[in-house]
Amino acid sequence: MSERITGAEALVRCLEAEGVDTLFGYPGGVALPIFDALYDSKQIRTILPRHEQGVVHASDGYARATGRIAPALVTSGPGATNTITGLANAYMDSIPMVVFTAQVSQAVLGTDAFQESDITGITLPITKHNYLVKDPADLPAVIKEAFHIASTGRPGPVLIDLPIDVSRGELDFEYPETVHLPGYKPTTKGHSRQIKQAAGLIAKARRPLLYAGGGVLAGEGTKELKELAELMQIPVVTTLMGKGAFPEDHHLWIGMPGMHGAKYTNYTITETDLLIAVGVRFDDRVTGKLSSFASKAKIIHIDVDPAEIGKNKAVDVPIVGDAKPILAGLVGELRKSAADPKTEAWVRAIDDWRKQFPLHYHTVEGHIAPETVVQVIDKLTMKQKRVICTEVGQNQMWACQYTHLTEPRTWVSSGGLGTMGFGLPAAMGAAVGRPDHLVIDIAGDGSIQMNSQEMATCKINDIPVKVVILNNGYLGMVRQWQELFYDRRYASSVLDQMCPDFVKLADAYGWKGYRITDPADLEKTLKKALAEDGPVMIDVHVEREECVFPMVAPGGSIDEMLGGVPGAPVSDMLDDDLLEEVWE
Amino acid sequence: MKHTLSVLVENKSGVLTRVTSLFARRGFNIDSLAVGPTEDPTLSRITIVVSAEDTPIEQITKQLHKLINVIKIQDLDPAESIDRELVLFKVNATPERRHEIIEIANVFRAKIIDVGRNSLTIEATGSTDKLQAMEDLFRAYGIKELARTGKIALARGSRDSEAR
Ligand SMILES: Cc1ncc(C[n+]2csc(CCOP(=O)(O)OP(=O)(O)O)c2C)c(N)n1
Repeated sequence: MSERITGAEALVRCLEAEGVDTLFGYPGGVALPIFDALYDSKQIRTILPRHEQGVVHASDGYARATGRIAPALVTSGPGATNTITGLANAYMDSIPMVVFTAQVSQAVLGTDAFQESDITGITLPITKHNYLVKDPADLPAVIKEAFHIASTGRPGPVLIDLPIDVSRGELDFEYPETVHLPGYKPTTKGHSRQIKQAAGLIAKARRPLLYAGGGVLAGEGTKELKELAELMQIPVVTTLMGKGAFPEDHHLWIGMPGMHGAKYTNYTITETDLLIAVGVRFDDRVTGKLSSFASKAKIIHIDVDPAEIGKNKAVDVPIVGDAKPILAGLVGELRKSAADPKTEAWVRAIDDWRKQFPLHYHTVEGHIAPETVVQVIDKLTMKQKRVICTEVGQNQMWACQYTHLTEPRTWVSSGGLGTMGFGLPAAMGAAVGRPDHLVIDIAGDGSIQMNSQEMATCKINDIPVKVVILNNGYLGMVRQWQELFYDRRYASSVLDQMCPDFVKLADAYGWKGYRITDPADLEKTLKKALAEDGPVMIDVHVEREECVFPMVAPGGSIDEMLGGVPGAPVSDMLDDDLLEEVWE
Repeated sequence: MKHTLSVLVENKSGVLTRVTSLFARRGFNIDSLAVGPTEDPTLSRITIVVSAEDTPIEQITKQLHKLINVIKIQDLDPAESIDRELVLFKVNATPERRHEIIEIANVFRAKIIDVGRNSLTIEATGSTDKLQAMEDLFRAYGIKELARTGKIALARGSRDSEAR
């Protein structure tokens, strides 16, 4: 039986029916009917961040950490336009999200009314889909579709624009059970002939390599990835987005590839004869110069989005579908044919490279190396349930290089868009979604200043995130590029005269604050600070001019890396005997 | 190379923008575009002519497929499809030249649809080549105004039934 209620009430009912437990929202005139309706919901906790960018990043962090949707709700005009960065960020990283923007009434739509913006027009290229709802009666179906679209196929953000006359208007409410979308039928299973063909290649390969990305996490395929890797003894590289998709304490895990990948990782890609790419998009930060990326390999590409296959790199076996059923299919085929691994020499060679060319950095007496900070955090929290979040810049690369995550959805970092200011609000979202986890945001002194207003939200809502600032007084990554490619002309990258006293800032927001300047205090103070109950900000003064190494120059080949040890390109220093054995 | 894409979409507002902005984002120039409803009132057909090499057009079609409101896309092979365009020419026509112009129109099986004191308006349908030939001929008299609908196209009979 249907029931006559307002659009705003219907919205709340729909969210409840979708199982929503948390909503991040920021009100304004035309959004008020919806906030008013939410006020009565017993199921949905509404959290008020301090900026709409925080609203959307929090929703994003929640989704990354849990796989579930905590919708975002903002008002029209500036509220809506403040979501742009968050939407673009979620779109680039394929994060499921539903964003509601309130809108002026249809009577004045298109007249440049107060706080009007054409948000569906503006967000066309950065949403998976968007809606302008014109009739309250359409609302239930639109919301049902939005959740379905956001979370299936290649996930992504969906925006729903709601004129105030729609949220105030009435409808006969009934929540539909199914969606009707004739143009949207994502392929999930994977073609059996292609799976067979891929299994055939895997069974024969001497130097296979799994190259796993965010799609493995989105497609819930981590268990199957491990099964495949172990069954055929295939080494695994995980991208920045794929971090956590494969246990990083496993002997077959060989790091992150690309611009700041370890030498042994990139060298492995250069030498593989069969690259099994799963849920990756051959991003330029990973591939460097495309023509020399895995140039000796046949390529199998598994992705739920057919448009990704062959987009950047030609592929030998394309398989469209979700990671889980396809990886399971491959394991099944290989078991059926009783294929046995032929990778012993290959794995041994990689282990040798790993010993010869490890990630490495120098420490200077009396200074704290930023890498050490990350390593200490990793060590101290290893045995705990934890989620590591990052801002963007050097802090992000070091966090990725020096933490060892073993569980999916424990890594929250802005990949495709590289959004400074993402970390804190996303950590906040992650901590709300995973209250049983220790949530740490590894930050730069630049990035943390982009959304530090969310410290208030954390305090008020008892969200106990721990922010560790690798404070180098610079926009570090920018300074690094200037050091390497702009003759050390540090134009607009020096921060220190303008940094707030972060301990006082913590105090101002009711957070605990710590400052660490002496290497001797590092471990002790971090341990104490991370064990505190509420939100904590830890300002660590690190070696100021440290660079992230190794590094591939933009557009360069990934086996030609700067810095780290040893200095020369890896290809010059390999053991010829070992190579011969591997190359048979 | 010119490609004629026939894109079947849901007949909803904003769909045309979604489709065309995909081309714009990649810096593609659309040569011609025509939209109208189909036999099913819930669907529209967009016919788009673009110049592009094969690889970028493949990317574009894959990206188009991702649009939720897009139902089907065909990259029409000229040999296996039929296409038409409609043009209106308003040609300078003094009373002395009128006869010649009408004759040209007749040769092309075009229709005179309006007669002014010093002009004739001619309606013509056909392939791009035929319309181009007419335009070249009329240019000698002076074309005051011209409007084209853009090309519409369908796959030939057998192709269509296979596709379904
Ligand atoms: C919103 C935004 N603006 C600018 C940039 C460009 N950018 C990339 S890294 C970086 C410096 C980051 O500095 P900081 O947060 O101090 O981190 P560090 O690199 O020192 O660890 C900048 C400005 C960006 N990624 N995002």
